[in-house]
Amino acid sequence: MQAVANDKPSAAIDYTQYPDAHGRFGDYGGSYVAETLMAPLAELTENYLRLRRDPAFIAELDHDLKHYVGRPSPIYHAQRLSKKVGGAQILLKREDLNHTGAHKINNTVGQALIARHMGKTRIIAETGAGQHGVASATVAARLGLECVVYMGATDIERQKINVYRMKLLGAQVVPVTSGSKTLKDALNEALRDWVTNVADTFYIIGTVAGPHPYPLMVRDFNAVVGREARAQMLAEYGKLPDALVACVGGGSNAIGLFHAFLNDANVAIIGAEAAGLGLATGHHAASLAAGRPGVLHGNRTYVLCDDHGQITETHSVSAGLDYPGVGPEHAFLKDSGRASYVGVTDDEALAAFHELALTEGILAALESSHAVAQGIKLAREMGKDKLILVNLSGRGDKDVHTIAAREGLSL
Amino acid sequence: MNRLDARFAQLQAARRKALIPFVTAGDPSPDAMVPLLHALVEAGADLIELGVPFSDPMADGPVIQHANERALARGIGLTQIFNWIGEFRQTDAQTPIVLMGYLNPVEIYGYARFAHDAVAAGVDGVLLVDCPLEEAQTAQALDAAGLRRIFLSAPTTSAARLAALCEAARGFLYHVAFAGITGANRLSLGAVRERVAAIKARTPIPVAVGFGVRDAASAAAIAQFADAVVIGSALVETLAGAHTPDAACMAAREFLAPIRAALDAGARAHAA
Repeated sequence: MQAVANDKPSAAIDYTQYPDAHGRFGDYGGSYVAETLMAPLAELTENYLRLRRDPAFIAELDHDLKHYVGRPSPIYHAQRLSKKVGGAQILLKREDLNHTGAHKINNTVGQALIARHMGKTRIIAETGAGQHGVASATVAARLGLECVVYMGATDIERQKINVYRMKLLGAQVVPVTSGSKTLKDALNEALRDWVTNVADTFYIIGTVAGPHPYPLMVRDFNAVVGREARAQMLAEYGKLPDALVACVGGGSNAIGLFHAFLNDANVAIIGAEAAGLGLATGHHAASLAAGRPGVLHGNRTYVLCDDHGQITETHSVSAGLDYPGVGPEHAFLKDSGRASYVGVTDDEALAAFHELALTEGILAALESSHAVAQGIKLAREMGKDKLILVNLSGRGDKDVHTIAAREGLSL
Repeated sequence: MNRLDARFAQLQAARRKALIPFVTAGDPSPDAMVPLLHALVEAGADLIELGVPFSDPMADGPVIQHANERALARGIGLTQIFNWIGEFRQTDAQTPIVLMGYLNPVEIYGYARFAHDAVAAGVDGVLLVDCPLEEAQTAQALDAAGLRRIFLSAPTTSAARLAALCEAARGFLYHVAFAGITGANRLSLGAVRERVAAIKARTPIPVAVGFGVRDAASAAAIAQFADAVVIGSALVETLAGAHTPDAACMAAREFLAPIRAALDAGARAHAA
């Protein structure tokens, strides 16, 4: 017993213990919102903490994940891609195969069930790429709830197909024209709606940011990705992967994959942020790689802001990564050294998009293409017997127009 | 004695209600700022709330959002704001100034540095919209420097939280009249009256009411039971059209004069 205890570093962090009762992940997280929202957040926290231990709720959620979302999603060995890269084996966790085409549905199914348990009749959501908006409109339609989605005017322009999908699903899409007209402004507007309509409205935040309990709740609902993947790796490969890679905007697909592996010290964890035109150009969305601790959208985390504390406009080819903050748990994982966060440029992501399409017949979302690009980079540095698990968080159909436009084509 | 506490003591002795105009620092123009602060006082302001512009004002409606955007487009930041307040203080040592804003600009400026520079400039209180009681330790340096932390209460605030807020409140407690954003028009007097009575049953601290107060009539109605009335969006909207400092000062005087008169008439009627 003594020997075993000595093998473990005494300062090892048990990552499953976070956040604390106030929603803090070390120095990050918390509830930095106006007074009016403190009561609805407390009500939500109380309901969620009860439901997450309620066997009937868990059974209901599991049933929906299996029969509506289509879980479990497979792990696919990208053999042609791996061979071409010539290094470690690249495995893809296929969240793109979920209903609605991305990991976002894992969270919205869960939050919609909570909304129904709380008797709320109206769903609001913010969206960047439109994946979370579609996933929210989807669950609202299924439960017969009114749905309003806030979306930056710039994002509406570059994600027209998803805007139309939301409308087909019965949601109202409200263009947001303030600020930079992207995801952060959509989040501001959704918060303004919520503060105005707290009595009947449930706000489904799409990422692991926002005030407590959202970073916890959205993490929990996406953690099914990592739980499944961990069991699949042991069953199908007889071992855990050597490294995990996921793209990080707000960070929900990444924390979803990472969480079940956080206490597996031998599994390297890498988040790929949007480096846009390059970190040195200032035109990027890499809050962890190039930002600093601050307070935005209800939590303390890494943010991109100027020396006056003003949040700066971000740039990424992928609307879903175009966010100047990041979930507080990622900020905590960065500081603790458990995960590392690196930038992947627009060009690198696009190259990876094409590489995956041509070698494996998979169109990845531009967001997920950042993770694929990082997976390829990493594979080159590792031996052929090593396994890299990349979260393929969404499919790329929504991005076909954006890619065509960059290549000078009009469809 | 902190200017805020002194001012409320004077007002209570005189049985007057406080008029608290809100303006966004740097709007309608940087040149107008110091003359505008003096004009607000001449027109009857007892305290001034000065908004620190922020890129993501989550609790604000379109009027104050746009004022923030205009100010930021001119590069207005805390250093500039402290300079204006210092200049204002050269000829007005009495009127309390409360800075109202969001946490991130203060966080990046540094809490201790902010507290020092704010006190040096002549700031008396600070209202950080996105820093509720639970996170108040974040900005402890402000309390230590003698700045009054102004907390909000809202219609959604539970009885237990209200008790804690009354306990923690310094300077005054700012009651948000309705669940919503600044500038909306959802004022329900009965509910506000009830809530202010609940606060007053718990604490002797002055209660200010804001959100949805647009004119003399709504201000006078609120002042029947509250100690202070905050007027923001309606004033900011009025000032937005003023293209010179003189025009801004004149617009501010014209806007505030009837409100001041209504508050004073109400107080006289109450006394009689």
